[in-house]
Amino acid sequence: MNLTRTIPLVAGLLMTAGTTLAEPEVPVNLPEFKPGQYVHQAPTVEDLMADESIHPELKKVILKGRDMFMNTQQFRGKYVFNDLNCKSCHMGEGRMNWSGPIWPAATTLPDFRGKNQHVNSLEERIAGCFSFSMNGKPPEYGSDDMLALVAYHRWLAKGAPVYEKNIGGRGFSHLGKDKPELDYQRGKAVYEANCAICHGEDGQGKTVDGQVVFPPLWGDHSYNWGAGMTRIFTAASFIKNNMPLGKPGSLTDEEAWQVANYINSQERPQDPRYTGDVKETREKYLNFHKYTNYGTVVNGKLLGDHDNTGDKPFLKPEVLRPRTFD
Amino acid sequence: MRPLTKLALAGLLAMASSALAAGGDPQRGAQLAMQGDGSGAPCLACHGADGAGNDAAGFPRLAGLDADYLAKQMLDYNAGKRVSPIMQPNIDNFDEQQLRDLAAYYASLPAPASAAPANVSDAQLALGRKLATEGDWDTYIPPCSSCHGPGNRGVGHSFPALAGQHPSYIRAQLQAWQNNQRNNDPNQLMTAIAERLTAQQIDAVAAYLGSLSATAE
Repeated sequence: MNLTRTIPLVAGLLMTAGTTLAEPEVPVNLPEFKPGQYVHQAPTVEDLMADESIHPELKKVILKGRDMFMNTQQFRGKYVFNDLNCKSCHMGEGRMNWSGPIWPAATTLPDFRGKNQHVNSLEERIAGCFSFSMNGKPPEYGSDDMLALVAYHRWLAKGAPVYEKNIGGRGFSHLGKDKPELDYQRGKAVYEANCAICHGEDGQGKTVDGQVVFPPLWGDHSYNWGAGMTRIFTAASFIKNNMPLGKPGSLTDEEAWQVANYINSQERPQDPRYTGDVKETREKYLNFHKYTNYGTVVNGKLLGDHDNTGDKPFLKPEVLRPRTFD
Repeated sequence: MRPLTKLALAGLLAMASSALAAGGDPQRGAQLAMQGDGSGAPCLACHGADGAGNDAAGFPRLAGLDADYLAKQMLDYNAGKRVSPIMQPNIDNFDEQQLRDLAAYYASLPAPASAAPANVSDAQLALGRKLATEGDWDTYIPPCSSCHGPGNRGVGHSFPALAGQHPSYIRAQLQAWQNNQRNNDPNQLMTAIAERLTAQQIDAVAAYLGSLSATAE
């Protein structure tokens, strides 16, 4: 091999090696923050333990709230009637941007909420998650368990400005109003190529030694028809920025929309707000259900046309009630 | 047909279908593990008669791992999708059925009950435990257990048991993923995580996982 050929080859190899080091094969592709947004760095458990300004009794309660959040299945049959944990959707201990970080609930509530058309407290917002996403029965307002969850939320918000609403990384981001034409079969193809290895071809996830490893995405043990995740744009945004696990941003927007539509075209437990008629329920809560497939016909079947509440032996938890200040 | 005959037939059918599902015959696999493929060392020369492997030499434990996982790895060696200068020449004369027999055999062996105590500092072991059970989300490292399951004892055919696996082997594999020398993971799920780990994190998590019992809490 002559030298004139060797040098570019070596240089090429070095460049290749350099590129490999600089650019990971699987980058973490998350949305940019917008100028002027408040970007929060939520504290860690290590921060909590090291913080001498926090009373040991409060530390205990915060840690209890964190434990409830990470292992919500310990309340299976009490507060939770499906296979989900809080962390199933709020990944990274509820601290992560673009993964439904939970601390903004502590700094922006009480506030008016479109979903139930009244002013909600932090406890009420948490109760919403239990009622819909966990297909469950929330801890009583003012109870020790509710206080522990509130304490965990509030502590994660430490240092964040109260009632600041321009928050970077809040929710799951929003893929915008321009959704592609949604096609069940295309969503199915994306699902089988990217999701089925963990969540199963049948969407039922995987439980090992009694512990849920991969949560079910539909069916009796998944979120019910009233959960925010049934809205196609919410699921698409969550998937885009959080799935497959460890590969945020690896699917295209189009793929995220299609697979979100596929997952939310499957049956799941009834919306707790069910009136006894799916079409009527859809109309009554159209501000929510205009984004879901509930009460629409998919593959010749009217979705949500049933009385099935999954493992939950009732339809609606009592805490779901209107508020007025008249 | 008399009910008893019917029952016996159903039993036979069930046995046949479970053998088909596993896809391999552990008895034949046991023979092959002793004999080798005719051109190299037999399996037990490195992986041990009990399939426990060897930490000092970097030979992984095979006993009690998932049969389909083991079969896929060997098929990948023979297809050039996973590279090891040691494994390849020793199994390249086996056909797919023989590899499945071997996989069934090793899967049928009991996992070693106790692992060697970790030869690292308490701080390193604590770091390893945190990575394995809680992850390091600020650098987008989910916990190992989010895919490898409770106690990191493995989930299904694609996420092998890590508990009680030899630290030297875990370390070498994580490094191989980082260096693009191993890339037979489904959907690059392991590549994504491995390439975000520091050398210190790899040492810590390998030591911690190796110290776990492969069998029980």
